[in-house]
Amino acid sequence: MSHTSPIELRDQARRLLAELQAKEQLKARDRLAIPQQEMPSQDPIVRGRNMSEVTFGYFEEQARVEAERCLQCRNAPCVAGCPVQIDIPRFIRQVAEGDYEASLATIRETSLLPSICGRVCPQENQCQEYCTVGKSLKDTFKSVSIGRIERFVADWGAGLQGLSDDALADPNPTPPSALGTDDPAESGRPMAAAEAPDVKPPTGRKVAVIGSGPASITVAADVRREGHEVTIFEAFHKPGGVMIYGIPEFRLPKRIVEDELRTLEAMGVEIRTNFLVGQTRKLRDLLDKDGYDAAFIGTGAGLPRFMRIEGENLVGVFAANEFLTRSNLMKAYDSDKAHTPIYQPRRVAVLGGGNVAMDAARTAIRIGAEEVYVIYRRSRVEMPARAEEVDHAEEEGVRFMLLKSPTRIIGDENDRVVGIEIQEYELGEPDESGRRRPVPIPGSESVIDLDTVIVSIGNDSNPLITRTTPELEANKWGNIVTDERGKTSMDRVFAGGDIVLGAATVILAMGEGRKAAAAINEMLAV
Amino acid sequence: MHTIIEKRQLSEQVYLMRITAPLIAEARSPGQFIILQVDTEYGERIPLTIADADPEAGWITIIFQAVGGTTMRLAQLRQGEAVAAVLGPLGNPTHIENFGHAVCVGGGIGAAPLYPIAQALKDAGNRLSVIIGARSKELVILEEQFTRIADELIIVTDDGSHGRKALVTEPLKELCERDPRPDLAVAIGPPIMMKFAAATTKPYDVRTMVSLNTIMVDGTGMCGGCRVTVGGETRFVCVDGPEFDGHQVDFDNMIKRLQSYRAQEERAKHACLAEAQATAKGNV
Repeated sequence: MSHTSPIELRDQARRLLAELQAKEQLKARDRLAIPQQEMPSQDPIVRGRNMSEVTFGYFEEQARVEAERCLQCRNAPCVAGCPVQIDIPRFIRQVAEGDYEASLATIRETSLLPSICGRVCPQENQCQEYCTVGKSLKDTFKSVSIGRIERFVADWGAGLQGLSDDALADPNPTPPSALGTDDPAESGRPMAAAEAPDVKPPTGRKVAVIGSGPASITVAADVRREGHEVTIFEAFHKPGGVMIYGIPEFRLPKRIVEDELRTLEAMGVEIRTNFLVGQTRKLRDLLDKDGYDAAFIGTGAGLPRFMRIEGENLVGVFAANEFLTRSNLMKAYDSDKAHTPIYQPRRVAVLGGGNVAMDAARTAIRIGAEEVYVIYRRSRVEMPARAEEVDHAEEEGVRFMLLKSPTRIIGDENDRVVGIEIQEYELGEPDESGRRRPVPIPGSESVIDLDTVIVSIGNDSNPLITRTTPELEANKWGNIVTDERGKTSMDRVFAGGDIVLGAATVILAMGEGRKAAAAINEMLAV
Repeated sequence: MHTIIEKRQLSEQVYLMRITAPLIAEARSPGQFIILQVDTEYGERIPLTIADADPEAGWITIIFQAVGGTTMRLAQLRQGEAVAAVLGPLGNPTHIENFGHAVCVGGGIGAAPLYPIAQALKDAGNRLSVIIGARSKELVILEEQFTRIADELIIVTDDGSHGRKALVTEPLKELCERDPRPDLAVAIGPPIMMKFAAATTKPYDVRTMVSLNTIMVDGTGMCGGCRVTVGGETRFVCVDGPEFDGHQVDFDNMIKRLQSYRAQEERAKHACLAEAQATAKGNV
């Protein structure tokens, strides 16, 4: 893996932009010949020792060069790949023209959280999968970097775009999202949150939004805009859901999520933390006694799944949820300030191949682990994690043990993890998911010495809300059943995001939230 | 605002606090717990059982032992000050019915969460025997309250400074040997006490409920840190518990899991003591 310095990337883009601007008109052939702009990032060794954002975001010159790669297809296949149908060719054209304000306005017509989606959306499976440029170059990863341009525009709006010349004077620059304060949480907010969207006059109707992750934030904003009163109920002491407790700072800076929540509050949305609907108060009571006219359930993924192998309750075995929550929400990585402990890992195995597994592995590196292995039973192409995350993890020193699966975790006399037994697999026929089924090779077991195992194989749905609300219909996996507009079996109650979909993504949760909000607004308009 | 409306020191390390928490006071049932934080920026989330509550007045009572960083910080808060965050009620309520003869066994501050359960069992018509155990006389709590509700109250201390000089298992065994045997035992206290209480009732086939207090972060089913092995299956204390069949719980594994962060906890405790000393010097 090579790492190109930010200055070099900027200078290349500068020269290229000058060349492009000198040309009369760009033909499709010219556009296809423009090299894709690489995302500038912190040096892998340096970033493995800090929690700050890995990527710096495009320089302005890079954003404009990348925007010139767009062919402005009339049928815009990319838009069909976007769960919230952003007018992608238009916002990209506006970047090419240097009109970032107009570009941001275009994105905001349909997307509420561009600075978040620009960072964590799996664009290679969405807009970029359908991009004509990628198709022409026969490589999805060569598509126009729609997500990076989106992020540039959103960061420009928040005053966080690209590295400044001052920052570049440092050979290891600090990412813009980590500037202005040593600690993002105590930041003096040098940048204002995006201006609060207009809110219609009060309607006197009240909506309860349960959970405060991406689905809930979308519903809260869309419903509030119509003039309804909105209260968000969050069980944790901080709102933001998975974007705060799950996704690490180095991938999604917390200040960005906090800014979005501040925007909601500026719109008049009330956020009540430390409130667990179902336990603190029943959903029924919110509707029947507390005057809420409708409710949206966006409580997210729940109970961590384990592998059901021997030794899973040994000391040193964690669900990724626990490990990440300690580090992210409870800030345990900052052991000087935080009161919450985190297990000090030395040799770690992360079980699973998704984005959460990458987050856990990379967090382990950052808190000082010497060896981190990701153990996954299929091969690299089948890994559900984004290719970019896998590459980043590898650059940071995470080692991949593919086509292997644990058979048992081994403990010492104190029940502390000392190793893991793994079995080798080979790929057989494709299964119902279309991926080739891993088949164990008999007699291929071996043992690796370890002290920490992080299980990251997904979540089952959380039983609390369905258990305390019997009239709410759930499927056999415990996911709430809804119609295509997010309506549940219970009168005036809607749901969306992971509690309906099972584990999915931020943008899909937003898309679900958007649909449910429209249905709620329609219902309340009568 | 979770204002501390009453604070009392029950013994050297044990404190009682009555805290404003109207929604929790209204929603809670015996057996449930809360998660509390002294500071929401860097503070730890710790589970504590609810000892008492008044839904009309809107308060809950917690009784805790200041033995770790967070409980020591909590103990430093004064009456009139507020606890930064309280989430609850969490976990499932105790299943209460008229079983016949119920024996409630409380060890140390385990007597605090035991009290509302004992009271509910009494109210449901059970004959109530209570065994309270502590290291010494000053660590026996809620004796007066238990005297009021128990048909039979047995106090034991390790050093014999109050009641019988015995462990709780001794009178528990005697009760099990009586004819008829008790219909239910409820044991709450240090894990090692619950382990031996369950081992004591097992040969007599007396159904025994224990209330587990394991490592937890969110308390809502998300982190999986609280998992225990019960009857060979992994269960989550926060959503499946906190009460389980004591004869099925793998206490040895649970006790070891509770030690997961011992090194860090020791450091935190020393940091907290140093902090307190520095403050004390500053005040002089």
